Amino acid sequence: MTLDEVLASLFPSGHAVERGPSGTLHGTAKVEGQGEASVVGIVGGTPLGVDGAILLAGHVLAVVEAGGGAPIVVLVDTASQNMARRDELLGLNEYLAHLAKSLALAAVHGHRTVSVLFGHAAAGAFIATALSSQSLVALPGAEPSVMDLPSISRVTKLPLADLEELAKSTPIFAPGVEPLFATGAVAETWAADEPFAPRLAALLRQPVATSDLRDRSGLERKGRLLAQQIAERVATEAAGHAWR
Amino acid sequence: MSNLLRPQEADWYEASARERVAGLLDPKSFVEFLGPEQRAMSPHLAQFDLTGAFDDGIVVGSGRLDGQEVFVAAQEGRFLGGAFGEAHGAKLAGLLRAARDGAKRGGPRAVLLLLDTGGVRLQEANAGELAISEIIRAIVEVRSAGIPVLALVGGRAGAFGGGGIITACCSRIVVSEHARVSVSGPEVIETNKGVEEFDSKDRALVWRVCGARTRYLTGGADRYVKGRIQDFREAAIALIPHAPPFELATLKAEQQRLAERLQRFGDCHDAPEIWRKAGLPQPERIAEITDDAFLAIQRPKGTDHDAR
Amino acid sequence: MEQFQVRGTAKSRAGGHRHQAITGVNASGNLEILVERALPEHECLVDVSTAVTGFRGIWEAVIQEFFERSSPGGLRFSINDGGARPDTVTLRLMQSVRLMETEP
Repeated sequence: MTLDEVLASLFPSGHAVERGPSGTLHGTAKVEGQGEASVVGIVGGTPLGVDGAILLAGHVLAVVEAGGGAPIVVLVDTASQNMARRDELLGLNEYLAHLAKSLALAAVHGHRTVSVLFGHAAAGAFIATALSSQSLVALPGAEPSVMDLPSISRVTKLPLADLEELAKSTPIFAPGVEPLFATGAVAETWAADEPFAPRLAALLRQPVATSDLRDRSGLERKGRLLAQQIAERVATEAAGHAWR
Repeated sequence: MSNLLRPQEADWYEASARERVAGLLDPKSFVEFLGPEQRAMSPHLAQFDLTGAFDDGIVVGSGRLDGQEVFVAAQEGRFLGGAFGEAHGAKLAGLLRAARDGAKRGGPRAVLLLLDTGGVRLQEANAGELAISEIIRAIVEVRSAGIPVLALVGGRAGAFGGGGIITACCSRIVVSEHARVSVSGPEVIETNKGVEEFDSKDRALVWRVCGARTRYLTGGADRYVKGRIQDFREAAIALIPHAPPFELATLKAEQQRLAERLQRFGDCHDAPEIWRKAGLPQPERIAEITDDAFLAIQRPKGTDHDAR
Repeated sequence: MEQFQVRGTAKSRAGGHRHQAITGVNASGNLEILVERALPEHECLVDVSTAVTGFRGIWEAVIQEFFERSSPGGLRFSINDGGARPDTVTLRLMQSVRLMETEP
């Protein structure tokens, strides 16, 4: 789907979303029954680097400062983090972390945060955008990944054909919406034949979970069978330990 | 590790995760959670013909630092590059959540993350990536509860990928000379963009771009220490009472300092260009001088900050 | 990847009161050993998980010799091996017994 198609289906009542530098988006849009939402995004398959990240974080922090608790919709069609010497030299890790923290701060301040993935998102860009919101929605055309299979094959030295075969029986490493849904990253997938606006409104009406439930989703969907119970076992042992 | 050294005198870089924990904390105070005898191991390695680790490469637990209760997590950088797998990541997420919940009952005083990681374990890529996101969210919750989270980086894997992002989510960051903190690894940049962009075999370049001295001098780390476990311990003790709160004012200040960094140095492609612009003495020599000489350099304006 | 067990008998119980200890790292040329006081006094056992196949005979010889020399009665050793040489294996096994014999 194109960005315009996505915007039209999400916000049929209208939007004031503009493109900015470095593939960024920002603006506002009307959401059914919710009033105005803030919209930020990285689009056009643009890798997320220091320049894009600082812009996006700035927009998010401006929304938090304005108050009012408006929902924040993060539109994502990026690539991986920008792979460049300059970005690493300047401390890309801090810029990506700053964006992730800004989105987390927004949630702490009562802003419902929803990422809408309609294109690529990989690795560090995936972490700082789509995975940094309370809910992640995948649209047709969404291609989330950690790393593509040929690169995984190169690093792990398992032949690509073997890896592809293995991916049929486990969602634990392969790219795509299905494995990322099964492991708990993707909250919902929306099909193209229904309008997105009512689905967004319904999602925003749901009460917000007070804690991160993605590992529980992973267990329920059988994609991540261990994570939730291991985290819980550690937490239980720690709680049983006396404080001084 | 030499039997003649006390645990805290040992070299951080050479030490195992367990040795770092033992030397960092007050003697005999460490209690491990979900220890190796529990065998919470990865079920995903056998299909790649790999053997595992009983603790899946991370040690988590509680102990005392200068008399105060702290939670600790230490990654073993030599096991699969310290990478985040399903069990490994879940142990850290669980520890952080316990710290968050423990805040209501008065403790722990801080959480110390002894990071030594190449990032996500590709054999379990989705679980590793999700764990990193869950850890970031949990760090925010711990900090929001008023408990500082410190990153201590100085091992052979560095803090790459999601590990680099986690580092910068912490309240305070301590690095030693060996540390590299980055997102994309040099080899990955070279594979994708060519050797002109990044010659990953040029070690000096790697450290100028990703290394501890650059991080420290640009404000990407709060303390630069010499390499003994004791040096990390002293830095942690000193930093815990001065951790910035996780709130809008802090992030606005971070927005400003990160934007200013781009304005001042955004057209630089190597560290000495930054040092020259910042007015530091002998920019070409900064990478080579001793730790003592390095620590004597006055940091550029704005790099000693509370904006993390 | 191979997994197998090597069982033995020991003349005497391994000294000390520790219930478990861990030493080493599963890294290239190295190995990790978890040792637990989990067996009857005159029995000993090594569970081996190794990345390098085809050396079971050498493992068995090295381990039986270790049983003979160190008499680690009552101890179960669990190994995750990253391709350590036989002398490294012996060293680590002996280190792990020493750890069990010293007070925590």
